[in-house]
Amino acid sequence: MVTLSTKPLTERVEAVGGVVDMAAYENAGGYEAARQAITKSEPEAVQGLVKDADLRGRGGAGFPTGVKWGFVPKGDAAGPGHKYLVCNADEMEPGTFKDRYLMEMDPHLLIEGMLIAAFAIGADKAYIFLRGEYHESFKQLYSALADASEKGYVGQNVFGSDFSVDLVIHRSGGRYICGEETALLNALEGKRGQPRTKPPFPPASGAWGRPTIVNNVETLCNVPGILKNGVDWFRDLGIGNDSGTKLYGVSGRVKRPGLWELPIGTTIREIIEEHAGGMQDGYKLRGILPGGASTDFLTIEHLDLPMDYGSIQAAGSRMGTGTMILMDDSICPVAISINLQHFFAQESCGFCTPCREGLPWLEQLLIDIEEGRGQPGDLELLDGNAAFIGAPGNTFCLHATGAMEPLLSALRCFREDFEAHIESGGCPYRERGH
Amino acid sequence: MATIVVDGVEFEVDEGQNLLHACLSQGLELPYFCWHPSLGSVGACRQCAVIQYADADDTRGRLTMACMTPAKDGTRISIQTETAKQFRASVIEWLMENHPHDCPVCEEGGECHLQDMTVMTGHTQRRYRGRKRTFENQYLGPFLNHEMNRCITCYRCVRFYNDYAGGTDLQVFGSRDRMYFGRTTDGVLENEFSGNLIEVCPTGVFTDKPFSESYTRKWDLSSAPSICAGCAVGCNTFVSERYGRLKRVHNRYHGELNGYFLCDRGRFGAGFVNSTDRIEHVGERVEDDFFDVLDVEVGIAKLAEMIRQGDVVGIGSPRASLETNVALKTLVGEAQFCTGMSSAEESLVDLIIQTQRATSADIPSLSDVESADAVLILGEDVLNTAPRVALALRQTVRNRALNLAGEAGIPQWQDAGVSSHAQGRLNPLFIASVLPSGIDDIAADLLHDVPLNLADCGFAIAACIGEATGSEPDFVRKAAAALRSAQNPLIVSGTSTRTRAIVEAAGAVVAALESAGKVPRLLLVAPEANSFGSGLIGGGLDMNTALQRVASGSTKTLIVAENDIFRRAERERVEQALCTVENLVVLDSLDTPTASLAGLVFPAATFAESTGTFVNYETRAQRFYCVFEPRHEIAPSWRWLAQAATDAGRDDLGWTHVDDVLEAVAASPNMAGVRAVAPDAGYLGSSLCKTPRETPRFSGRTAMNANVNIHEPKTSVDEETPLSFSMEGLNRDQPSALLPFVWAPGWNSNQSVFKFQQEVGGAAAGGDPGVRLLASGSIGTMPARSASVRSDRGGVDTGFRLIPVQAIFGSDELSSRSPPVVERSSAAFMIFSPMDAERLGATQGMGVSCSVLGATFAVTVDAAMKSGYVGVSVGFTGAEGELPDGLIGLAVDPNYRPTPNPHDRVIARG
Repeated sequence: MVTLSTKPLTERVEAVGGVVDMAAYENAGGYEAARQAITKSEPEAVQGLVKDADLRGRGGAGFPTGVKWGFVPKGDAAGPGHKYLVCNADEMEPGTFKDRYLMEMDPHLLIEGMLIAAFAIGADKAYIFLRGEYHESFKQLYSALADASEKGYVGQNVFGSDFSVDLVIHRSGGRYICGEETALLNALEGKRGQPRTKPPFPPASGAWGRPTIVNNVETLCNVPGILKNGVDWFRDLGIGNDSGTKLYGVSGRVKRPGLWELPIGTTIREIIEEHAGGMQDGYKLRGILPGGASTDFLTIEHLDLPMDYGSIQAAGSRMGTGTMILMDDSICPVAISINLQHFFAQESCGFCTPCREGLPWLEQLLIDIEEGRGQPGDLELLDGNAAFIGAPGNTFCLHATGAMEPLLSALRCFREDFEAHIESGGCPYRERGH
Repeated sequence: MATIVVDGVEFEVDEGQNLLHACLSQGLELPYFCWHPSLGSVGACRQCAVIQYADADDTRGRLTMACMTPAKDGTRISIQTETAKQFRASVIEWLMENHPHDCPVCEEGGECHLQDMTVMTGHTQRRYRGRKRTFENQYLGPFLNHEMNRCITCYRCVRFYNDYAGGTDLQVFGSRDRMYFGRTTDGVLENEFSGNLIEVCPTGVFTDKPFSESYTRKWDLSSAPSICAGCAVGCNTFVSERYGRLKRVHNRYHGELNGYFLCDRGRFGAGFVNSTDRIEHVGERVEDDFFDVLDVEVGIAKLAEMIRQGDVVGIGSPRASLETNVALKTLVGEAQFCTGMSSAEESLVDLIIQTQRATSADIPSLSDVESADAVLILGEDVLNTAPRVALALRQTVRNRALNLAGEAGIPQWQDAGVSSHAQGRLNPLFIASVLPSGIDDIAADLLHDVPLNLADCGFAIAACIGEATGSEPDFVRKAAAALRSAQNPLIVSGTSTRTRAIVEAAGAVVAALESAGKVPRLLLVAPEANSFGSGLIGGGLDMNTALQRVASGSTKTLIVAENDIFRRAERERVEQALCTVENLVVLDSLDTPTASLAGLVFPAATFAESTGTFVNYETRAQRFYCVFEPRHEIAPSWRWLAQAATDAGRDDLGWTHVDDVLEAVAASPNMAGVRAVAPDAGYLGSSLCKTPRETPRFSGRTAMNANVNIHEPKTSVDEETPLSFSMEGLNRDQPSALLPFVWAPGWNSNQSVFKFQQEVGGAAAGGDPGVRLLASGSIGTMPARSASVRSDRGGVDTGFRLIPVQAIFGSDELSSRSPPVVERSSAAFMIFSPMDAERLGATQGMGVSCSVLGATFAVTVDAAMKSGYVGVSVGFTGAEGELPDGLIGLAVDPNYRPTPNPHDRVIARG
């Protein structure tokens, strides 16, 4: 009886104690899944496995990966020309550093995942759209790609099969919005990084007008394990309704901030208290951004929620990237909102009005409130604008929606702090010396 | 059709059209910014938000952008629901955060779409407390002002300029709330259609620079429907005036022709009307270069006496109206009348008319051009000779994207989706031309050669359409295959190289396509606003014969109407004739070399001060209306001629109104249709109830001349047209040919145009103006290929062969006397092959002198030019007239100093 892995994403790194190179990766059975799939299986069969495993997108939206792959037209329906697989490695969500870990420590896992995905959708061109500042990731991926190419795992006739795929690492010029898959495609084509109109959706018409699948790094890294260990294994890894493991991270005033691969559906309390070591002495937890900066605040009443897609959504937030930012009682909710809104206003691509003009106004209002220039009615102004800016569909893409999630929830969860700022004409936290 | 429900009311709309388009077409008020009927939807501004309901039971609904949502049967929306109204007011509030609120000093004020939309949404209270962001503005050349602080980031400028018009030097820079629309550095916006930014911009970022020099609010302008005099396309325009000065030219929507857009020659080329070179009085030459002002009656009497004496030859003009040409032809008789075109050009125009008649191929309107799916341009540089055609051709090739989108299920109005899916795939356009042109970027393949070889290429394509031998050159084979496999093939050619064989070849290609069972279209370009009118009127004398007859001394009097003969024949020929004739009478608006040799000069009204008819390349007759009463003694040429003839005892020119002349025009062969072009002066049955040229808010009428006379002048009564020189009258439901401006309640800007269309982007309300005089369809015989003399190419030692080269700014006579166009034109130039330039010792920036033309030209070197030939900027100083045949000697002019380019000026930045 072979004991199957419970940490398919990080076990090799732990075993090696550092970067997993080609030899170490292959020693651990690496590239076997891709080899088997590409030389012995069929694209539809691979798609079916991933669909049955219920792998959901780890970039934040949680869309079922196998279903997405199924949207790519097959055979003549695709028309002449390339099909593309694009790995979204533009990890720019504040507080998120999970993809970086995978790329820096186990780059072959991503390459193998991409080989399988490209085979499954019939892509002959694959790109890793890499965050520009990820120098170490680039270095590791570049060298891993060279090794893989040398071995014939990437390029013409992968593993000696009829299947060929070019893999290119594209380093992003750097905008948060380029993590949005259609803005990413525009940037990849050399255009302004602005989201595209949908339809057409990328699986039908994406990069250079051709069928394209965009998957997150962590999503693709889950694929080899599914092929190797099977659908049931993957489904059993999760605790609740979701399948597989998840890289969870915690930042904030905890004793051991970090990143852990845990069964998807692990509770927030377990992640914070067991893995992150709980709050530092003297600090009390007040708010949780569960999945990056663009998710709604949860509070201590949500600590026992499992971190899975459905549970967090039911609580009014999103699991997002699964990397939490914790707000303790020393942090001014208005100040943290300024910090967040500054980021989102700055990262607006400038295409649609509510996002372009609305976000800077809200940032200014928050600054006014924080610095004692708040006026009666400002909160209502914030509420009204944030509701209009944040409702999905009111803006061209979901950037502003994401921006409004932490603001609307902060206004709801920590309203007394906002009111106190206006009433006292300044920031009570500053006065307390924080 | 689909039934949609808007605020509980059912409407029948086009299925699949977007909801904004559908609502506006139904007359519903819904504000918008980024959408444009010609540019489609992109969903940037979020201004057209409505509530959409899932079904009849849904009472909440959700906000959705009308421009991005297809109208499907059963679609239920609300424009009036409070949430939708609040959201739209919020959008304005966001847009207004950084807007400078400088309406009182902004030239868009009073016709500003942003103002209109602000009022429409009801946003009144400013709640934003922050500082406004500011930008530095750029120098963009003589046509446009730039005031970026007013920008509301609707993206229409770059979408028009780059996507629609093929521009490359206007970009969007920056991100977040610091979007900047401009050039990388200060400099002229190069695109030939840049002036449309004035109308495309919903606020005052891009405004009309020549107009700013003597600015007037829209409501204080007096306007009339007009026809552009810049080329043979005949774009419809609104021309506006105040204080007797032409102020500006705006686009007048024509569904089949110019749509929403004009070229810069047309928009900025009318400034000659205000020129200080205008002839304002009747004058008699007393000694060289001096004219005495004559009493009008005396002048007319003198002309009458000449007419009585007989022996009169009349030279008309392709830049003058049908009315003036017919008046002169009637006066002198057909046998003594010359159309005023050069002999070469007239024979080409005749050839074009013969070809268009003989073929069953339709002459395409510009909307037909846009629906073609394969195009061959043979020898014509349309961007410089008929610029609006080139803009249409850009849409022709782009329409491939619409087909691809259709196959992919993407709505055609979903502009960004259509483009990102098409990824630059275009319908095939093949260009065979002498030199690279400004639309080469959209061509599937190019061929550059000398005119006769281009004609050969055309005949080869025709042969290859019939039967391919397999040994054809690539260009020929590909073009033939593309045309043959197209649904709507289009051939474009024209007169600009003065080569009969090229037009004949274009006809041969069309004939070959017809034989292959296709339904091709044939667009043939001639240079001037009424070239086709002149061609259809015809005359007994061609220019060279006329000049010869005059020079031989057998003619006592030569009457020239609105024509500078030096532009129509070689200088010597003209000088000989004009100096020989006893009486030279010139009627013209501007002082010209011909006018300065005249014995008797009459001041002619321009298109802006008279009413008349031009015939465009489609043979569409179109009426332009007098915008304002001319100053001093200026009058339409036909009136001078009619008065003098009547004075001389003639009873066949007893015309007092333009409608009388029009009757005479209509009686001419081919011209019966001109009556139906537009209503006559009796349109509303009363001289008291007319269509007002002045807007309902025209101000200062009682005081505007108070510096001259404090008594309010009596309003002139316009006996000539259905328009009045006042603000009173009926300005509704008239035929579109009579529309003096667009303005609708709540819609003060030109965006109100949709209120004057049958549906958004459709035909003009009351029908698109104009009547086609010629029906195509197998009348007469297709001209056969004429024997063309193949002469040897030239060289440095033997002299060069000259090939005419056209320029949008500079080749056309009248627009070249409009100051902003002058600023954009270069010096007269010659284009050499690199080898010839080297042999001649000439490099770019040097000058070469030509003793035959008696002028010096700036040297341009172009690798596409064939050795032994030289391209010459026709219409420019030194090359105004017909270029001489034969080998022409050229030499480097050591004394040449290039004229400093006004665009190179350094801008002080602060």
